[in-house]
Amino acid sequence: MKASRIGPWIAVTLGALYFLVPLIGTFEFSLRMRRGTYSFDAYRIVLGDPNFQASFLYSVVLALATIVVGTLLVVPTAYWVQLRLPKLRPLVEFVTLLPLVIPAIVIVFGYLRLYNSQSILPLTDSSRGTDLLLTFGYVTLALPYLYRSVDTGLRAIDVRTLTEAAESLGASWSTILFKVIFPNIRSAILSGAFLTFAIVIGEFTFASLLNRPAFGPYLQLVGANRAYEPAALAIIAFVVTWACMGLIQVFGAARGPTQPK
Amino acid sequence: MTFIDIRNLRKSFGPATVVHDFALAVERGEFVSFLGPSGCGKTTILRMIAGFETASAGSITIDGQEVTDLPPAKRNVGMVFQAYALFPNMTVAQNIAFGLRVARRGPDEIAARVEEMLRLIKLPDIAGRYPYQLSGGQQQRVALARAIAVKPQVLLLDEPLSALDAKIRVSLREEIRSLQKDLGITTIFVTHDQEEALSMSDRVVVMNEGRAEQIGTPFEVYNYPRTRFVASFVGTLNILTATVIDAENGRLAIDGREVLAAHTVEGRASGDTVTVALRPEAVTFGEAADGRDELAGTVEAVSFLGAVVRIRVRLESQTVSLDAFNQPAVRLPAAGEPVTLCFARDDLLVVAGG
Ligand SMILES: Nc1ncnc2c1ncn2[C@@H]1O[C@H](COP(=O)(O)OP(=O)(O)O)[C@@H](O)[C@H]1O
Ligand SMILES: [Mg+2]
Repeated sequence: MKASRIGPWIAVTLGALYFLVPLIGTFEFSLRMRRGTYSFDAYRIVLGDPNFQASFLYSVVLALATIVVGTLLVVPTAYWVQLRLPKLRPLVEFVTLLPLVIPAIVIVFGYLRLYNSQSILPLTDSSRGTDLLLTFGYVTLALPYLYRSVDTGLRAIDVRTLTEAAESLGASWSTILFKVIFPNIRSAILSGAFLTFAIVIGEFTFASLLNRPAFGPYLQLVGANRAYEPAALAIIAFVVTWACMGLIQVFGAARGPTQPK
Repeated sequence: MTFIDIRNLRKSFGPATVVHDFALAVERGEFVSFLGPSGCGKTTILRMIAGFETASAGSITIDGQEVTDLPPAKRNVGMVFQAYALFPNMTVAQNIAFGLRVARRGPDEIAARVEEMLRLIKLPDIAGRYPYQLSGGQQQRVALARAIAVKPQVLLLDEPLSALDAKIRVSLREEIRSLQKDLGITTIFVTHDQEEALSMSDRVVVMNEGRAEQIGTPFEVYNYPRTRFVASFVGTLNILTATVIDAENGRLAIDGREVLAAHTVEGRASGDTVTVALRPEAVTFGEAADGRDELAGTVEAVSFLGAVVRIRVRLESQTVSLDAFNQPAVRLPAAGEPVTLCFARDDLLVVAGG
C-alpha cells in the first residue's frame, strides 16, 4: 500500500527537480550581474538593447505570418482529406512528418540551391524575398504540429454532416470553411498556432543561414559573447512562452461554447 | 401534376448496386415516406435527391427542372439529418438564419423570419442558446426550422426521430406532419419504423434491397400488401403458407384445414403453395358464421400490450397471432387452451410473388 504511493511521488519529485533546478539556477545567475547583491541589471541591458527589440519583433511578425499561411494551407487540406480523400490520409500524414525527419540544415541548403540569384525564382536576391522564403520554411517546420492538431480538431466534429447541412442551405465552399469549419476547430488551430509560435521564436538554423535578423541568431550571438545576459534572455523567452500558453487557455475557454462530448 | 419525378434511378458503389431502377412521382405538397429495413438504400436515394451522391443512372426532376447533376447548394432542397447537424459554434437564431445569410437577405427580413420560425416550432425563447444547451427534441426542431427557413422546394428528412426517446418521437412526428400540411411543402421522409411511416404519410414507398416493393397509401400498403416482404415488414401481419386445393373457387388449405378465399387465386394451379396474409385484428375467437372461415389450434402465448392483448395460437406447423381488446369483463383463453379462430373471407389476402 505505502510503497505504491511512494513510487509516483518519487517520479513526480524527480520530474519537478529536473525541470525546476536549471530554471531556478538560471534565474539566480541572471540576477548576479552586480557584484555582491542581486539586481535586474542583466534584464535592463537586454530589454534596452535595440537589437533585442528588433530581432524579437521580427520573429514575432514572422511567427504570426507563419501561423496565418500555415493555417490557410493546413485546414483546407486536412478538411478535404477527411471529407473526400480519406484514403490519402496516410500519405498526407507521412508528408507532414517529413520535416521532423529531414534536418533543417538539409532543407535550408536545398532552399539556397533552388532559390539563389541564378535560379528561375531568385527569392534570396532581396530581403523581402528571403523573408517570404523564411516564412514558407517555417510553415514546413510547423507542418507536423499544425496538421496533427487540426486533424484531431476535425475528427472531433462531424465534418461530413455539417458540410452537407451547410451545402443544402446554399453555402459555397469558402462559406463552409470560414463560417462552419474554422470556428468549430478554433481551439485546435490555436494549440497548433501556439506550438508554431514557440518553434519560430527560437529557430536558429534557417534564420542564420538565410542571414535574417531573427531572434534565434540574436540569442546565439549574445550567448557567445556575454555572461549574465543570456541567462536573463532564457528567462524572458521562458516567460513569453508561458504567457502565450496562458493566453491561449484563456482564449480557448472564454470565446464561444465548446461542445461537451 | 408531378412535382418530383424520379426515373430509373440507379446507384452503384463499386461493384455493388444498392439502388435498382427506382422510379417515383411525388405530387406538389405530398408527404411521402420511404419505409424499409436498414441498408435497403433509403438514405442513398435521399442523398441523390439532395445532391450529396451522384446517380449512376437515371434522372431526378424537381418542378420541371432536371437536377440530376446539379450541386446540392443549387437545388433548393432542405435536409434534416438524424444527427441534427446544428452548427455548434452558432446560437439557435444564427443556425436558423444561416441559409438566409448565405442568400444575402436583409437583416430585418432575417430577424423576422427567424422569429417566425421559432414560433412555428413552438420554441420562441431559445434564440440565444447554443445547440449543446438544448435537448435532442429541441435540437431537431431547430434543425427543421433551419431547413424550412429558406423556403426550400422540397424537404428531405432522414430518420429525424430515430435518436429521440419514444414520447418525443410521437409528439414530434405529429408536429412535423401538421407543419408540413400548413406550409404545403413537398416532403420525403425516411424511416425504418412502420408506425411512423403509416401515421404521417400521404403515401408510403416500401423498400427492400434497393427496390421499391410497393408504393401506395398507408391504407393500401397495410391492408393490401402486394408482396410477402411488404406483408411482413408493414404491420404485424400473419404470414401463412397455404396449399391451393381449387384455384378457380379460391379453396385453400392452411395446415390441413380448408378455407375459402373471397377471390379466385389467379394464375395458380391446384397443389401450388401460396402465401396468405391475415391481420391480427381481423381474427377473433369463435365458430365461423356465414362468409367466415375457421381455423383451430392451441394458445401458445398471451402478451399484454396495454389496450390490446396479443395472443399467439399454434395451428399445426404455423402460428397465427390475433389482437383482442383488453376488456376486464371478458375472459381470454390462457396458454395451452384449445381454441377456434375465425375471420372474414375478405380479410384473407393471397399475396403475389410467393
Ligand atoms: N459511400 C458508400 N460506399 C459504399 N457503400 C455504401 C455507401 N453508402 C451506402 N452504402 C451501402 O449502400 C447500402 C444502402 O445504404 P443506405 O442507403 O444507407 O441504407 P438505409 O438508409 O436504407 O439504411 C448499404 O448496403 C450500404 O452499405
Ligand atoms: Mg439510412
